[in-house]
Amino acid sequence: MAEALLSLRINGESVHAAAPAHWTLLEVLRYRLDLIGSKQGCDKGDCGACTVQVDGEPVLACLTLACAAAGREVRTVEGLGWSPEASNGCHPLQDAFDRWDAAQCGFCTPGILMSAEALLRKVGRVVTRDEVREALAGNLCRCTGYTKIIDAVVDASEMLAAPRDET
Amino acid sequence: MLRLPQFGVALPSNVDAVVALLRDNPGARIVAGGTDILPNLKHRLDEPGMLISLAQVSELRSIAKLAHEGREVVEIGAGNTLTRVSEDPLVRELFPSLATAAGLVASPLIRNMGTLGGNVNLDTRCRYVNQTKFWREALGGGCLKSEGNVCFVVPGGRNCVAAMSSDCVPVLISLGAEIVLAGPEGQRVVPAAKYFKADGLRHTVRDDAELTTKLRVPVPTTPRRSAYAKWTVRKSIDFPLVSVALRFDLKSDSVDAPVTELVVVAGVLGAKPRVIAKLDDVIGKPLSDPALSRIVCAAVGKQCKPLENVPYEAPYRRRMFEVFTRRAIAELVAAG
Repeated sequence: MAEALLSLRINGESVHAAAPAHWTLLEVLRYRLDLIGSKQGCDKGDCGACTVQVDGEPVLACLTLACAAAGREVRTVEGLGWSPEASNGCHPLQDAFDRWDAAQCGFCTPGILMSAEALLRKVGRVVTRDEVREALAGNLCRCTGYTKIIDAVVDASEMLAAPRDET
Repeated sequence: MLRLPQFGVALPSNVDAVVALLRDNPGARIVAGGTDILPNLKHRLDEPGMLISLAQVSELRSIAKLAHEGREVVEIGAGNTLTRVSEDPLVRELFPSLATAAGLVASPLIRNMGTLGGNVNLDTRCRYVNQTKFWREALGGGCLKSEGNVCFVVPGGRNCVAAMSSDCVPVLISLGAEIVLAGPEGQRVVPAAKYFKADGLRHTVRDDAELTTKLRVPVPTTPRRSAYAKWTVRKSIDFPLVSVALRFDLKSDSVDAPVTELVVVAGVLGAKPRVIAKLDDVIGKPLSDPALSRIVCAAVGKQCKPLENVPYEAPYRRRMFEVFTRRAIAELVAAG
């Protein structure tokens, strides 16, 4: 199986990896670069567990050919912790998910964080529950029933709009 | 885990290079967003030696209003994502039903990847086809569209009836759009209404060596009301189980004005979308006239004959085609 050299931009860094041409971005992230935050769920676009951002837009890494992502800015859940909004290695969304118990088994959480982060950036103000529902409509969670996930995303958008002291 | 079959990937940067690659590599397949072809390849419905990625073909991503052969049209590049089509101000203003349909495809993540050209050329779908190879083997070796030679939807059938499941196609037909193809012999233009065939194995007139480059949609010349109705079990992710596009051209800008022209198109029946016929009695009636809704819904119920090729019972879907048409017209009337 011939491998090709891929040059990718991932979480702000240039990385090189050799992988077969038919591999997806998800396979390269997980099995070549050891970035196993993005999860392999249904592997055919239904569940959203593999969501990453390409040029700022949330997309499915399981349906993106790795070679087609060359030259574009890929961001995974591992990169959230050192975004400008993060403090103590933790993005306000991650902090809110922790405080609201928005993760149970946690398998869907990385994908949901990437979809939610793109929403907060796009909207740029406090989001409504309906906006969160719409933005997360491609991310399945089988544990929580979504209520606390929506609570957490709304809370994170409030924190970003007006940081409050919660020590 | 679903592995892709082994293939090479070409990354051309313009349409001419794509056409040359298609000509030189028979059997190669085009991949744009990848949200249709890659799951199908993961299910081993095809094993092409090469995929031609459109990731770097930026000339397919424009949306512009221009004059073409003496009329105003909007040309939408086939490479625009469905998110872009659904949010574009020009599309929303001139073709609200197209913006609605594009915004209802699957999930936000898939709309961020999938393109309008890909949605137009979406492969036909069937509950017996879009399954893993392991699942299909359990049927005893697949069907007409996969590995076998029988049809599980129409016992004894020799013609594949997999469903045209695109949300945008019925709308594009209702709007009188044209599909522009680039091939080895140059450019070819096919009206959307003549693009599809009643054969689930090969449901478009596009040749394997051709690339869909843009959709050309005529700008309305009269006041218009248009709608797209879709029914799915979940509000996201799913393919349509009922899909109806409606377009009413009016004499003046009011729902009480007489209808001068109308087109109603239904999808998810067989491989070919159905343009509803025998609607002449509606011409001249006001859109708000309850008789108009009754005539249109009766024609839809009579002419749409769903099959058990997608989930849910066919008789139920047939009733729902009528119900969703009625609700769509009522919403147009209520909106004024």
